[in-house]
This record gives sequence, structure tokens and C-alpha cells, in this order.
Amino acid sequence: MKLLKLIFRNTGRHKLRSSLTILGLAIAVMAFSVIRYSIDAWYSGVAASSPNRLITRNAISIIFTLPLSYRDKIARIDGVTGVSWAQWFGGIYVDAKNFFPQIAVDKDTFFDMYPEYIVPTDEMKAFLSERNAALVGRKLADRFGWSVGDPIRLTGTIYPGEWDFVIRGIYTGAKETTDETQWFFRYDYLDERMRKETPVRAGQVGWFIIWINDPSQAAIISEKIDRLFDNSMAETKTETEEAFNLSFVSMASSIIIGLRIISILVIGIILLVLANTMAMTARERVPEYAVMKTLGFRPVHIVGLIFGESLFIAILGGLLGIVITLFPVMPLVRTALGHFFPTFPLSVVTLILGMSSAIVVGFLAAVFPTFKAVKTPIVDGLRVID
Amino acid sequence: MAETLVKLEDVSKSYWRDSIEIPVLHHINLEILTGEFVALMGPSGSGKTTLLNLIAGIDRPSQGRVIFEHEDLSTLSEGDLARWRSRHIGFVFQFYNLMPVLTAFENVELPLLLTKLSRAERHKQVETALAIVGLADRMKHYPNQLSGGQEQRVAIARAIVTDPDLILADEPTGDLDKQSAEEIMDLLAQLNKDFGKTITMVTHDPRAAEHARVIHRLDKGELETA
Ligand SMILES: Nc1ncnc2c1ncn2[C@@H]1O[C@H](COP(=O)(O)OP(=O)(O)OP(=O)(O)O)[C@@H](O)[C@H]1O
Ligand SMILES: [Mg+2]
Repeated sequence: MKLLKLIFRNTGRHKLRSSLTILGLAIAVMAFSVIRYSIDAWYSGVAASSPNRLITRNAISIIFTLPLSYRDKIARIDGVTGVSWAQWFGGIYVDAKNFFPQIAVDKDTFFDMYPEYIVPTDEMKAFLSERNAALVGRKLADRFGWSVGDPIRLTGTIYPGEWDFVIRGIYTGAKETTDETQWFFRYDYLDERMRKETPVRAGQVGWFIIWINDPSQAAIISEKIDRLFDNSMAETKTETEEAFNLSFVSMASSIIIGLRIISILVIGIILLVLANTMAMTARERVPEYAVMKTLGFRPVHIVGLIFGESLFIAILGGLLGIVITLFPVMPLVRTALGHFFPTFPLSVVTLILGMSSAIVVGFLAAVFPTFKAVKTPIVDGLRVID
Repeated sequence: MAETLVKLEDVSKSYWRDSIEIPVLHHINLEILTGEFVALMGPSGSGKTTLLNLIAGIDRPSQGRVIFEHEDLSTLSEGDLARWRSRHIGFVFQFYNLMPVLTAFENVELPLLLTKLSRAERHKQVETALAIVGLADRMKHYPNQLSGGQEQRVAIARAIVTDPDLILADEPTGDLDKQSAEEIMDLLAQLNKDFGKTITMVTHDPRAAEHARVIHRLDKGELETA
């Protein structure tokens, strides 16, 4: 298009105004991306779940336990090829703000269920041979500067008292979405002490993890498991790991809805900013558009000029936004969120959404000024100068 | 006997503001012959600009017809009228109305962007037009780097670059000092004499009107020919 030069020059005409608008767009795209990233973080557990795993928990609530004795009954069901179990510990490391998940797991079966947790063979051997051994995620170890052999004391909340551990291994994730922020220790360590101190709490687990080879059978197998314990003291609820993780996310749904609303508001505000810039610009250029029309330029050309300028500003803003998101901002956000969520790269989808929002904004901002510029009769446009 | 280029038949024009009719032109009959240099004079508010705009096809009469080379402009759609203007009309404004972000060269090239001419052809035509108005050495200057008289000459180059049948000028010297005004008038007279351009010019200035061969006077929307 031969008018491209005019579009570029027009954009550079009010340098301060254009720069501020571009900067505003960039900040909005950055904020949008960071918010979307935070929302994704909530769903990271869902993204990391395997279709081969089912989770069985107490039907009333995850905070109620199930008897370990259910294990053998579950294992006998057709299609179930492995059963493991785990329990939430909820201890405090030095200070409550140092939160990280601590999970008691069956030493023999748990890591077969989670092949994505990669533990060096000798470290796994050490874990198996020492009752108070712990296996911790790479990111968690980095966060507190731990290394293998460190003795660590946790203060129990659900399980009162001081609990001493020794870190015997550090696992890494097979995939980028694998959570490397967890602390695993041996269920038998927990259970043995319960047996001594509070026998009613012994032999209880938080949830079972069930391996199935055929994910298409998930619904049928879940149904069979739950049927087994109908009308028992502790009825169960079995679902895919993905559904189980989603139920945690839904506990935070109001936060997530809030974040989503903010992300839309951010885009809405920047739409107003760009629309205002474009309205000012188009108004100033009324006589110029009238002159161009006199020369024989048609509405399509005026549309091209205004949309071109608006989209050009929007694209520059969007690109700048992506650049500042990727370089100074994202590393900071990842470190900050990394303490609470398994971190993962900013998704390309988020960047594309940010950029598309900028383009949509550029498009919408041009509609009204274009409409006015096209509708203004030439003679009225020319009289503006007189 | 020269041919009729433009013919206004019983043209009236009113503007409407807030449902109040403002009558501007009353039953104007006018013929402009090919090769003529016409001056349109009259007091402020008499409707000179309005009349020129009707001839230029940037406004439409409330009544009557504007006929250009046997073509009734009222039959053209807005889009066709725009194409018609780009082919037949060169317009010179009182305040030059150049694009401030484009150089003299680019301003003159602007109307050629609507043609199918190649880049090289466009450049040749722009250079010719700027040479005619005597600004071959100012091609790369932006409007704010030119004097008023130079800006108006660029505007004239823009008006002639497409080789239109009719050049319309609305007080082309109205904003210029005496010396520059004289130069612009000489230039228009030269375009008429040497290049055979048909020119219709609105002016307040009796000395400017002296260059014209025909003078029409408008008074309160009524036309009288001197
Ligand atoms: N677009 C318009 N809308 C409303 N009224 C208009 C419009 N254009 C012109 N007029 C009115 O029409 C009358 C004639 O205006 P016009 O501009 O044609 O006068 P003119 O002879 O060119 O005057 P001047 O010498 O001051 O340029 C004026 O009263 C003006 O207010
Ligand atoms: Mg006038």
C-alpha cells in the first residue's frame, strides 16, 4: 500500500503522545500476560496430571482419612494394576511463611506411580533404607539451600510434635510442568509414631493413588471402587487425578475469577487510552482528510490511514509488551511464584493472546474515529481551518 | 469557438443548520469554456467558495445541475465522484493545505498514488510539475521549511501534476504578501497561457483579477458577469 509512508509518518508526528500510548499498551500486555501466567500456575497441577492415575479419597472431604486396609480390596478390582497411598502432613519449617507441601508416601509403591519424579538410584536406595529419610524437589532444595545429608526438623500441625528428618535425595521433574516444590517422606515413619502416640490415627491414609493401564476405563473403575465401600464407615470418592487436582483449583475459584476480571479490565482500560489517542488524532486531521478526499482519495483510503495508524501503534505496543514480559518481568515473577507453584514457561498461547488483545484494541480504537472521518462532508472538513 | 467545459444550469444551494435553511446561491447559470481563465469575485459570504466547491464536485447543489463535458455530476455516486475529481480537477486552497509530514516531492506525488503510474513515471511527473512552479531545488523540504509563497507553489504543482482539465483556486493569494502573490498570479497566468490550462479562481484582489480574461461577480448568491 502506497500510503504506508503516510501512516508511519503520522504515527511519529506527536512523538510523546504516541510513545506514551505505546508504553501504556506494552504495560497492559505485560500485566495481561503475568495475570494469565498466574492463572495458569493454579492449573499447573491439572496440567501435570496423568490419565493413568485415579485418586480415591474420603467421600465427605479430603480432610477426612480412609483406612489403609482398603488397599487390598481396591487392588483386586479388574483393571487396577497398582495401588499406593499418601497423607498430607502440613508441618512448619522454622516459620509458617516457609510453606511447602509435605506428603507422607508409601516408600515401595509411590514412586512407581509417579515416574515423572526422577530420583538417582543411590539416593532412592538411601531413602528406602532409612525410616526418617526425605526426598525433596530440586526447586524446594534450591529455595532453602538444602543438600543431600542435611538434617531438617519440621514442627507438626496436624501431627503434633517435632519431627526430625534427613534429606536423602533430591528429585527432578521429567517434564517442565512437573512439580519440584514437594517434600516426600515415608508413611511408615508417620504411622509408627501414630501407633505409639495416638493409636486411633494409625493405619489411616489421606488418599489412594490407583494406576490403570487403560484410561478409557477410568469412569467404570472409579465407579467399582466407590461401590465397594458404599455404606461403610468411610465412603470413598474416586476420580481421575485431573479431576482431583481441579477440585483444589476450584477452592481458589474466586481468586481466579478475580484475576480473570482484572485481565479483561486491563485490556478495557488500554482500549480507552488508545481510543482516546486515535480520537484526538483523527480530530486534528479532519482538514487533512478533507484535502485528501478533494484530491480523489476515497473512504477506503481514509479507513486504511486511521486503522493503519491505530494498528501500527497497537502492534508496536504489543511487541514491546512481549519483550518486557519475557525479559525483565517474567524471571522475577517465576521466582516469586516458584515458591508456591511448580513453575513452567510462559505459554506461547498467553503471548499470542496478549498480542491479539492489543490488535483487537487497535482495531476497535479506530472504528469510531474512522466512522467520523469518513462521514464528515468535505466542505465541513475544509471549513475547520477557516 | 472554444468548447464548454463546465456548465451550471439553474444551480441553487442552501445549507441546513439545525433545520434552518441558509440559502447561499440562487439560480446560477454559468459556463466555463476550455482554456479560459476565470476570476470569481464578490464580498465575503457571497457564496464564492460554495460555487467553486460545486464545480469541483466536492459538494452537491440543492437544485439545478453541474455538467462537466456533457456529464451530469449529480448522476455520479460518491466513489465515482472521487475518481472523477482525481482525473479532472486540480484544487488550490487559500491555506495551501499541504501534508505537514510529507516533503514537497511527496506532497506533489500524493494525487498520483491514485493512478496506475509506475514509480518511475510518477517521479518524472512530480519533477516536471515542481520544475514548472520553479521549486526543483526544494523537493526534499517539508512544508514548515518553506515560505508561504513556496508552499502555495507546491500546492499548485500538486494541482497540476495529474494534468487535470480544470484548475480551481480559492483565494490562492489570500494569505500571501504582495510579492509572493504577484508571483503566484504570474504562475497561474503562465499555466493558462503556455499550457492551455482552464483556470477558475476566487479572489478578493482586483489586481489579481486583472490576470483573468473573464470576471464574474457574485453578490448575495446572485451572479453577474462583467
Ligand atoms: N458547510 C457550510 N455549512 C453551513 N453554512 C455554510 C457552509 N459553507 C458556507 N456556508 C455559508 O454560506 C455562505 C457563503 O459562504 P462561502 O464560504 O461560499 O462564502 P465566500 O464568498 O467564499 O466568503 P469568503 O470571501 O469569506 O470566503 C456563508 O454565509 C456561510 O456561512
Ligand atoms: Mg471563500
